[in-house]
Amino acid sequence: MTYCPNTPEEIREMLSVIGVETIEDLFAPIPKELRARSFDLPPGISEFELMDRARQLAQAGGSGIVPFIGGGLYDHLIPATVDHLGSRAEFATSYTPYQPECSQGTLQALYEYQSGICRLTGMEVSNASLYDGGTALAEGALMALRVTNRNAIVLDQSVNPLHREIVRGYLAGHEAQLVEIEAKGCEADLERLSSAISGETAAVLVQNPNFFGSVADFTALAERAHQQGALLVVSCYPISLGLVKSPGEMGADIAVGEGQSLGNPLSFGGPAFGLIAATKSLIRNLPGRIVGETIDRSGRRGYVLTLQAREQHIKRHKATSNICTNQSLCALRGMIFMTALGADGFRELAQLNYDKAEHAKKVLALIDGVTLENRAPTFNEFTLTLPTDAGSVVQRLLARGIAAGVPLGSYYPGRENSLVVTVTERRSREQIEKLAEGLQEAVCS
Amino acid sequence: MQLIFEKSMPGRPGVRLPAPDVPHAEPFPAELSRKEPPRLPEVSELDLVRHYTNLSRRNFSVDTNFYPLGSCTMKYNVKVMEDLAALFRDCHPMLALLPGGAEMAQGPLSLIWELERQLCEITGMDQVTTQPLAGAHGEMTGILMIAAYHRANGEKRRYVIVPDSSHGTNPASAAIAGYELITVPSAPYGDMDLDAYRQVLTNEVAAVMLTCPNTLGIFNPYVADVCRMAHEVGALTYYDGANLNAILGKVRPGDLGFDVIHVNLHKTFGTPHGGGGPGSGPVGVAQRLAPFLPGPRVVRGEDGKFTLVPSEKSIGRVSDFFGNFGIMARAYGYITRLGKEGLIEVSEQAVLNANYVMARLKEAYDLPFDTLCMHECVFSASRQTKDGVHAIDIAKYLIDRRYHPPTVYFPLNVKEAIMIEPTETESKQTLDDFVDAMLEAARIAATDPESLRQAPVGTPVGRLDEARAARAQQVCCE
Repeated sequence: MTYCPNTPEEIREMLSVIGVETIEDLFAPIPKELRARSFDLPPGISEFELMDRARQLAQAGGSGIVPFIGGGLYDHLIPATVDHLGSRAEFATSYTPYQPECSQGTLQALYEYQSGICRLTGMEVSNASLYDGGTALAEGALMALRVTNRNAIVLDQSVNPLHREIVRGYLAGHEAQLVEIEAKGCEADLERLSSAISGETAAVLVQNPNFFGSVADFTALAERAHQQGALLVVSCYPISLGLVKSPGEMGADIAVGEGQSLGNPLSFGGPAFGLIAATKSLIRNLPGRIVGETIDRSGRRGYVLTLQAREQHIKRHKATSNICTNQSLCALRGMIFMTALGADGFRELAQLNYDKAEHAKKVLALIDGVTLENRAPTFNEFTLTLPTDAGSVVQRLLARGIAAGVPLGSYYPGRENSLVVTVTERRSREQIEKLAEGLQEAVCS
Repeated sequence: MQLIFEKSMPGRPGVRLPAPDVPHAEPFPAELSRKEPPRLPEVSELDLVRHYTNLSRRNFSVDTNFYPLGSCTMKYNVKVMEDLAALFRDCHPMLALLPGGAEMAQGPLSLIWELERQLCEITGMDQVTTQPLAGAHGEMTGILMIAAYHRANGEKRRYVIVPDSSHGTNPASAAIAGYELITVPSAPYGDMDLDAYRQVLTNEVAAVMLTCPNTLGIFNPYVADVCRMAHEVGALTYYDGANLNAILGKVRPGDLGFDVIHVNLHKTFGTPHGGGGPGSGPVGVAQRLAPFLPGPRVVRGEDGKFTLVPSEKSIGRVSDFFGNFGIMARAYGYITRLGKEGLIEVSEQAVLNANYVMARLKEAYDLPFDTLCMHECVFSASRQTKDGVHAIDIAKYLIDRRYHPPTVYFPLNVKEAIMIEPTETESKQTLDDFVDAMLEAARIAATDPESLRQAPVGTPVGRLDEARAARAQQVCCE
């Protein structure tokens, strides 16, 4: 029936050891008037019936639609090793590694993950993961408030609007002042961002590539922030870092990002993981769990959760963050993915994304009335202006099995004709051509 | 074991990528390029597989070991749920946010809606959001909603009340929302001292946060009074659902007078812990807080179609899309598979197992609160400290006996705490063997304390120098 193993005979024995007659007696401490007023659930079913039902649901999940969409999550290839190793029960069904002697597997894997993230982002220290890209950016902002003891945040509006919404929510309790700087077309307005930084500013939050796909160099912005005693927080897209200048190379103080593209399936939005990495001097202000290297009594190398005095279970209301459970297993998948590709493979994957998107850009910009909006180079996403409402074009193409892109209208009022198109390595030339055909028809009719 | 980086050999090829089917683009602009490829490990596929397979064998896990640890229900993770979650791996959440896209994502949207309805019925709440990605994230979401509720009433309250036995996440989450904390001590009956509570309860209190049953495994018989008194001064009540496993079908937080709750799907509904995550922490609310829920909300129309609608006075999104969907799918599967009777049996057997272990260990260990417990019980190793043995030593000895240790030194209001939660999926045989190991530990504490202080000895590493780790701050390999 369920997964409870005790036989009626064993249950009787146990009750007599406890010294009660029935199981119901065990619930005697709960006053009758506090008992559940209702518990109206259907009866249980077998695992086979369950899977039949779930298959029906999954069939209506849009997984057959060709996605030229991103918005923070991307359709990337996942080598078979990631699924096989990442679903090993010894990793998947283990607990938080508070007891290091019987958790060296998870601890060393997370230490390797932290090392991989540092090398990818060009930063010096990383934690063992946060929830997702948006919450990682918000935690980066909170971290900056703590580090600088200031309370103003400058936020670039070309940062993913879903992430900006999360930042606003996280900052609500802090009475922090949030200044949002409008983008100049598809690019961050570096001049206005620079001049918005004052002696009150804790941090500037930017994204690379930004929501429109444009790639920027934030080195000068970092210098300007540092002159004012503020931090630069860069939200990055891991796959792009095979090619694009890293946050560390730009002088960022904190790098954050959505880790889904590193070996985690789309899974309708989760689970994946948020990454956060920083310069070494900020380590005590990092939120969440951190794995550190040490030795045991015999001098053998081992790994432990370290600097726990920052965390909620020790510091309670004075903790650097309230995060407890993170996305450990997804981070492990990220590390396996980075290893499966290796240094050159990672670069090659980024190149493949770039080449595919550049090809799509050329093909789509040939369509009458369709123009490319980005002035800066892009990585694997770009923004098109259509001669008509992008939302209705997307809707029409969905009927043909293509998700043509993300229309900007609902996020940037006044840009109803703009469409952000994503082209990862998984999109074939043929699919790109089908998208072009579909767009052509939709804008001409 | 060597690090994967130490096994790396420059030039060893990684996975082969698909051949490009489009022409090479102009090179990416040099001024925006990174100087050299990221220094990731370069190993063969076999070496990769061997490395992580061997690493995994240096872990305890539910599939290999018993985890009698309190506050974090470590029950069996049902295998079919892995297959169920995998069905949705290629569903893009952005699809549902496109114009006309919800039409194409009816399956996953209906799963979310159904799970929300299931959780409402299980907890007695009016509405649920699945957006929060973990229990603590749910707490933060709930407290932000409480703050928004007070703001909407033109009030700005200063304090959140927690008992001294609360999880650390409660005060930390309240602090994130900008509240100051008041901690109320426990009374001899094992939960919040009502007189002390009454004294701090003013109209400056925004909320009181409770765990019920609490972290001692005790069901507070005055819980409805605690809620009523809070409501009398206009404060709201928050239910930390970490211990919901004890009361499925028996008690519902909504019926007790709680306004906001969170549920840990990775505890009560058996999704794998993953070495610390991912989890999922849906939040349930009473109707008066519904307008503040994170949006968009999944709504079922008259025609049975699911659409996404904005939430009117929303606190905004708390995660990128709809929550940790893969975890939600597993929990939906678990609830559907077990059904009404199955879930009731879960709580009954969890409580039976906990009381059985408690009854059998009472002889050997001090029990600060000697009453019937719910799903977990808390002993103290104070008797053993006379021999110089501490809770941590007993914990480490259990590792050598191939048991994951109970939670130690929590809750904070019990000295030398040893917190045991067997869960409902363990058999009497497993419990008996574990009890024997615990009794043996108590015997050794009296006869050969030094050997306990040396434990564990049968693990890849012995006790690690945590102070050194904190000083060295070596958190990645150079």
